[in-house]
Amino acid sequence: MAEPKTLPGANGKRHLLGRLFIWTLLLAAAVLYLGPIYVVLSTSLKDLAEIRAGALLDLPHELNFTAWREAWSSACIGVRCEGLRPYFLNSVIMSVPSVAISTLIGALSGYALSLFRFRGANIIFALMLFGCFIPFQIVILPMAQTLGFLGVANSITGLIVVHTIYGISFTTLFFRNYYVSVPQELVRAATMDGAGFFRIFWHIMLPLSVPIIVVSVIWQFTQVWNEFLFGASFTSGGSQPVTVALNNLINSTTSVKQYNVDMAAALIAAAPTLVVYIIAGRFFVRGLTAGAVKG
Amino acid sequence: MSHPQQRKQQMSVLDRLQRYLPQLVVAPPFLLLVFFVYGFIAWTGIISLTNSRMLPTFDVQGIQQYVRLLAMDRWNVAFDNLLIFGSLYILFSITIGCVLAVLLDQRIRAEGALRTIYLYPMAISFIVTGTAWKWILNPSLGIESYMQKLGWESFQFDWIVNRDMAIYVVVIAAVWQASGFVMALFLSALRTVDEDIIRAAHLDGASTTRIYFGIILPSLRPVFLSAFVILAHLSIKSFDLVVALTNGGPGYSSTLPANFMYEMAFRRNQIGLGAASAMMMLATVAAIIVPYLYSELRAKRHG
Repeated sequence: MAEPKTLPGANGKRHLLGRLFIWTLLLAAAVLYLGPIYVVLSTSLKDLAEIRAGALLDLPHELNFTAWREAWSSACIGVRCEGLRPYFLNSVIMSVPSVAISTLIGALSGYALSLFRFRGANIIFALMLFGCFIPFQIVILPMAQTLGFLGVANSITGLIVVHTIYGISFTTLFFRNYYVSVPQELVRAATMDGAGFFRIFWHIMLPLSVPIIVVSVIWQFTQVWNEFLFGASFTSGGSQPVTVALNNLINSTTSVKQYNVDMAAALIAAAPTLVVYIIAGRFFVRGLTAGAVKG
Repeated sequence: MSHPQQRKQQMSVLDRLQRYLPQLVVAPPFLLLVFFVYGFIAWTGIISLTNSRMLPTFDVQGIQQYVRLLAMDRWNVAFDNLLIFGSLYILFSITIGCVLAVLLDQRIRAEGALRTIYLYPMAISFIVTGTAWKWILNPSLGIESYMQKLGWESFQFDWIVNRDMAIYVVVIAAVWQASGFVMALFLSALRTVDEDIIRAAHLDGASTTRIYFGIILPSLRPVFLSAFVILAHLSIKSFDLVVALTNGGPGYSSTLPANFMYEMAFRRNQIGLGAASAMMMLATVAAIIVPYLYSELRAKRHG
């Protein structure tokens, strides 16, 4: 059993060649995946003269953090020259409530849909599931009018409303699929003991739910942070999220292109979700595959 | 006499409330979705039947926006681009993802680290991905000039500014971003394949290649289907990547339907036309998703 899986009949040399082949392919792929982030990082640390010399793949001669400082606090985006910082904060203010509220609602409705199989529960679930797949172009025109009607057009509050609503489909899907595997006897027994709907949720289900809460929070955070269409459609100027501000910075044509500042800004915008991925990648993968291993 | 009976009635109201609590809890989010998804679809549908220009109106005229749309070169370019982009994106992401998963499944010592490397692009936004690739592929300072300076003077890679090739640049960046995700899908499915069957096949003298092509990959058919459906609907929704990478250009040679919709609705005061294009996008997604969801949910109920 401890013996590694050598192919019966294959001799040692062929096996070695096979391993070499596998490793070559895997490492080549790793280089291709890491390439872009390496180029972006090294460009962000070079000065403009070095960049114009055209040594794209070379390491920077010396580490120069000026571009990072400028991207964070003084680069001009539109008419404002305060760097990415205010927009970064917008994205933080936008993400925290939308993630928290949609996860809470998803937990409750997923719990109700999975453990109390009332009539129509499956149809309701199917209708909610379809909401995960719609192209959001289909809702932006009515949403723009509705946000105006609610008095939250061009504001972070408006984006929080939008992200919360369209996050519910996903969070409900996560929790419903998680709770489906909880034995119904558990709920029945608790009901016999006189526990009500919310007490069962609070005392029995929530303590079981830590992994799926993490999955839901990470998924929603990644989605909301990286989102662009809603931000670009519903906000302008000072209330834009970081993805929209980054795009405006990159595509501004007014001044001399500062590639190092652009690249530093891209990394700043990507940093939060990258950090979450590196710390909790396992849960991130579960969120990604939950949509595929549906139910 | 009446007192205990009243109490009994009160109890039953509470009881009934308790019984219907699950429905009551699901009702608000469900109604939100009915309004904000299905209501908005109908709303957009109505706008698509009007002559709305700068502001949406509700003066239904008929299907002339769809007629205009289908006759527009810009829309036809966008839809053809979707077919090119979608099929190459799905084909390459699944092939690369599947190969990487099979290779990683060969008891590789550094599997965890490699998996992390292959999947990280999925955690960053399309805008960042687009920014990075735009920089790498720009002809004057990017990979083209780097190769030429290394001495390979005939090296040319100007797809990003080439009308005929720009959409393929979008494919490259999108495959870079999504193939690791497909790898993760396949890898987790490979881990559930029954080891005994593989061992038995080995004892019968089958080679590893034959075992994969003959037994393991065919058993992963549901994963191929899931990956296809997810990638297909992602390709129809693709918007940000094009914005950051080529901004639809040169000209409008690399626009996708999602970019067309945004352009019409927010830049050119053609809200009716934008709504019609959004309905076309929804129909394309629905043609793929509805049969899939239907069969999945049915299978679950019977299984």
